[in-house]
Amino acid sequence: MSMNNQGRPTRQSVKDAANGAQPTSTGNRALMLEEALIFEISDSTRTGVDLLDAPKVASRLGGLERKAAIGLPGLSEQETVRHYTRLSRQNYAIDLGLFPLGSCTMKHNPRLNEKMARLPGFADIHPLQPIHTVQGALAVIDELGEWLIKLTGMAGVAMSPKAGAHGELCGILAIRSALEARGDKRSVILVPESAHGTNPATAAFVGYQVEDIPANPDGRINLEALIARLGPDVAGVMITNPNTCGLFERDLKTISDAVHEAGGFVYCDGANFNAVVGKVRPGDLGVDAMHINLHKTFSTPHGGGGPGSGPVVFSEALAPFAPLPFVERMDDGHLALIEEESAQDHHASSFGRMVAFHGQMGMFTRALSYILSHGADGLQQVAEDAVLNANYVLRSLEDVLDAPFGDAGPCMHEALFSDAGFAEGFSTIDLAKGLIDEGFHPMTVYFPLVVHGAMLVEPTETESKAALDQFIGALRSVALRAKAGDESLHRAPHFAPRRRLDETLAARKPVLVWTEPAAEQAEAAE
Amino acid sequence: MSRYFTEEHEWVEVEGDIATVGITEYAQSQLGDVVFVDVPSEGKQFDKGDEAAVVESVKAASDVYSPVSGTIVEGNDVLADEPALVNTDPEGDGWFFKLELTDASELDGLMDEGAYKKYVAGL
Repeated sequence: MSMNNQGRPTRQSVKDAANGAQPTSTGNRALMLEEALIFEISDSTRTGVDLLDAPKVASRLGGLERKAAIGLPGLSEQETVRHYTRLSRQNYAIDLGLFPLGSCTMKHNPRLNEKMARLPGFADIHPLQPIHTVQGALAVIDELGEWLIKLTGMAGVAMSPKAGAHGELCGILAIRSALEARGDKRSVILVPESAHGTNPATAAFVGYQVEDIPANPDGRINLEALIARLGPDVAGVMITNPNTCGLFERDLKTISDAVHEAGGFVYCDGANFNAVVGKVRPGDLGVDAMHINLHKTFSTPHGGGGPGSGPVVFSEALAPFAPLPFVERMDDGHLALIEEESAQDHHASSFGRMVAFHGQMGMFTRALSYILSHGADGLQQVAEDAVLNANYVLRSLEDVLDAPFGDAGPCMHEALFSDAGFAEGFSTIDLAKGLIDEGFHPMTVYFPLVVHGAMLVEPTETESKAALDQFIGALRSVALRAKAGDESLHRAPHFAPRRRLDETLAARKPVLVWTEPAAEQAEAAE
Repeated sequence: MSRYFTEEHEWVEVEGDIATVGITEYAQSQLGDVVFVDVPSEGKQFDKGDEAAVVESVKAASDVYSPVSGTIVEGNDVLADEPALVNTDPEGDGWFFKLELTDASELDGLMDEGAYKKYVAGL
């Protein structure tokens, strides 16, 4: 037999193995390219557009005109495109792999949503267009609002808040307005330890005094402590359900009844709604206001991929105070935008306006597309599969990782582990960095604070069993290294475009502005 | 001169009616690298247990409670520029504030060094 051995080798030879490789002259690693700052690769002579020379005009700025160049980077279009594409290749995204960031619900964004959002009737309109030309867009806002009201069992909805924390602000402002309207001066908002970190910040921003309510050893709100603290000075409580330990707050109805009895209101952080959508209606649990992160539960892109959107649903008691504007269907069937308070109708008590226009139109379209393509039964299955996936992760890893609330029964949409059992000197950060080497974005770390070295994993329903098994395998191998005290883990990541960064130095002496090296030297010489 | 400790990991050193307050070696080891410290200014009054200072590390922000009631006579302004002192010398140069005691009997409820060591060992 004559064999052709002159062809292209398809197998790596032992000689080429990475260990013996020379560092490259460019700093690039094969097709992973090193990229300088945009200011370092640009100069003032290049531009991506042809602009006419500015006409000579007499300056009317007096002494205020700019004396030096504006300092924008100068690059051609191709150089600009390459710069950002190279940077994007060093990034990690949900479209590349599993993104287990707890409390973030990083699920797949169906491409159907994108197709709908790009329809010219939604994508190419302007908020100031005449109302009769945007009836379709208003219908999307109206129909999505109806779905959100139905799914939560509430009385009204404000669509304009731009994201979760903005939604919290909206809810707490409505509570404050309702209290002011009845001449009730209350100064305290209670926030359990198991709530999201933004909750106390929101309450403080609105001017309330924030008081903690401790958690039970099983990770849920200490009911007795909460009820004991209620009184005429308590404006309300902010509860995250399911909470940040990934557990359902079973006593929420009892809590709501007690809070209402004491004259306060219940705000629910709905960031974790994915675990209960279609299963539980917060309205039935006595919630007065709750934001819904469209960019989590209803799969509109987030994490750098798109803006957030945080509509807030309201109970009967708070709905009259909801912010403007509203979309409202008129008697003749047309949709109108109610932009001003009017004493004649039910908008008289609105606390005002939070944003310039109607909210995140692109997110509304995507969320409605997601809801309609899943249907009511599909949304129920979303919650079931999200919880099933999280429990699969929890039970698959509890033999190597400490699961502080593993005995409390099944978790909801996220599995929580602690760093107990790691070798002396090893911490959650080492495991997280090791996971980067394995090709995964780390989970949420050091949150919630009630657990030492917390690791919060939210796989979401959109991962297959095969993808989960791969992640579990990677996490297991890194966890075993942390328990065995593998020193190389302290220096991880080894294979990322950048190694472990000096977070301390970055926090103590942040460099926020790029300075031209020459200017920097001149400054240093002074 | 004697030193007391709290369950919230603050130490208090008393000289006459002036108490110097900081956080313990154990606290700094748990916090990790400290990046920001906010100390109270002279003249502020605190009751025992009030939030008196803020310490922020790469991991988290924490409140520092006043272990005793009193009026601030001095905050350690050096910490603004050198928060790392809290890590390198928490029970010395990394002190947070000095206050004039309102009620010296409040010290009776605090732990001495031996008791605090036992308390930390049990955590």
